[in-house]
Amino acid sequence: MGVLAFADFMQQVVSGLASGGIYASLALALVIIHRSTGVINFSQGEMATLCTYIAWTLTVNHGWSYWPAFAATILFSFTFGVVTHRVVIRPVERGNVLRVVIVTIGLLIAINGFVIWYWSGEPQALESPFGTRTFDIGGVVVSVQDIGTIAVTLGIVLLLWLLFQFTKVGLALRAAAVNPEEARLVGVRVTWMLALGWGLAAVLGAVAGMLTAPSVGLDPQMMQPILIYAFAAAILGGIDSPLGAVVGGLTLGVMLNLIGVYSDFVGAELKLPVALLVILVVLLVRPQGFFGRAEVKRV
Amino acid sequence: MSTLLELDRLEARYGPVQALHGVSLTVDEGEVVAVLGANGAGKTTTLRAISGTVSRSGTIDLAGKMLRGGPETAARAGIAHVPEGRGTFVELTVVENLRLGAYTRRDRQVKDDLRRVTEYFPWMEERGGQRAGTLSGGEQQMLALGRALMSRPRLLLLDEPSLGLAPMIVREFFRIVRELNENEGLTVLVVEQDARIALSISSRAYVLEVGRVALSGTSSELRDDESVRRSYLGY
Repeated sequence: MGVLAFADFMQQVVSGLASGGIYASLALALVIIHRSTGVINFSQGEMATLCTYIAWTLTVNHGWSYWPAFAATILFSFTFGVVTHRVVIRPVERGNVLRVVIVTIGLLIAINGFVIWYWSGEPQALESPFGTRTFDIGGVVVSVQDIGTIAVTLGIVLLLWLLFQFTKVGLALRAAAVNPEEARLVGVRVTWMLALGWGLAAVLGAVAGMLTAPSVGLDPQMMQPILIYAFAAAILGGIDSPLGAVVGGLTLGVMLNLIGVYSDFVGAELKLPVALLVILVVLLVRPQGFFGRAEVKRV
Repeated sequence: MSTLLELDRLEARYGPVQALHGVSLTVDEGEVVAVLGANGAGKTTTLRAISGTVSRSGTIDLAGKMLRGGPETAARAGIAHVPEGRGTFVELTVVENLRLGAYTRRDRQVKDDLRRVTEYFPWMEERGGQRAGTLSGGEQQMLALGRALMSRPRLLLLDEPSLGLAPMIVREFFRIVRELNENEGLTVLVVEQDARIALSISSRAYVLEVGRVALSGTSSELRDDESVRRSYLGY
């Protein structure tokens, strides 16, 4: 019985990591934009939904197989993010951050409206690239879908980390985010770096969307709860910490899954309020999150 | 010697406030030139106008070519601006700061230059992974200089490098600047409140007063003229 209970527990942990990977991707998108533009992009979830519809259209209407459609969607989302920054965000970027926040809320509504108008509100099914098979590791039944989701999300996160940490453009991206004035003086074209950040964030969102759709079904509201989880994850990890977003996302995924299964009181319906509770508690107790740090500065 | 930088009737403004009223000056290739003056005389603004971080009119020629556009363009033209108050990326490491200095370069000698720069500042090699924000004020100023050198600048702009630093560190800083000028022919335009030290390393100097050049001359002339010293340089 004890072994069975443990196997069951591990199963829940793995599927929690899979949802957590999705939260982590979207949380990382929020963090990247917060670090560079200084605001939360409220339209991050809707941008992801739109991109997921592109993937759906390519596979269902145009008969593409999954991975080419995945790659094309990534390219689309990157362009979409860059263009969104250049056309919509950049003109209001100077001055009060509230203006940018309001514009991202406007984008949320506009993109949501566009998706409903263009694709109708009917739920659609996006195929899963991983199928529905399961396999057994020492009594723990694991679905290929979960493992695939974890691998893809963490793979994208790893690639981004390599980009930020070890390439010249990654260094310039970080420099532009932490100190734009200074970055200009060393010759970094800051507005392009910000646009690039929006592009990368949109890619993360698209990945999250494409991995969410097979299990919950594709509809225009699909990413709205995920965005709340991503907020909670980003705040849990520290809104300025990319590592925090990933750890926060995975932690939240596992935690919500375990609470949903083992607590009679909470159940699946109350997951969202629990995420909001996490946001509230973290903001009250440790506003900088796990990995956020008090700014070190000497003058 | 040929003229590297020529400002002709440079004006600059912050919104409605005009800060420079037609500053003209020249810097020759391989020269160290000081810009002196009281607080608010327009020293910092002059440097900002050169690197394009403030709106300006009048002309700026760098090696005979008119300089237009913002700081990114100035950096690409070979101007390295070390701003007032260090100007390091506090969240990035020492090595990352240095690498950013070489951002505009496309050649493959960046590694060699890292070595060359750390010869002037040996501690940077050992502490390359340390975040710049955790360095002392003096170390940050050295790092800002090191980062500027990484761009292999044609012209180095230094804004009040002595600000808030202990006298010993200021002397060390200017010793290195002088060495760079003598060994590598680095051209420097330095803005300083500390006229004494600025005149000691420069060959010529301009004194600004409310956004205009009040007087100019060789550094030794200015240093030796007691009335100039008293009324303009305050020592």
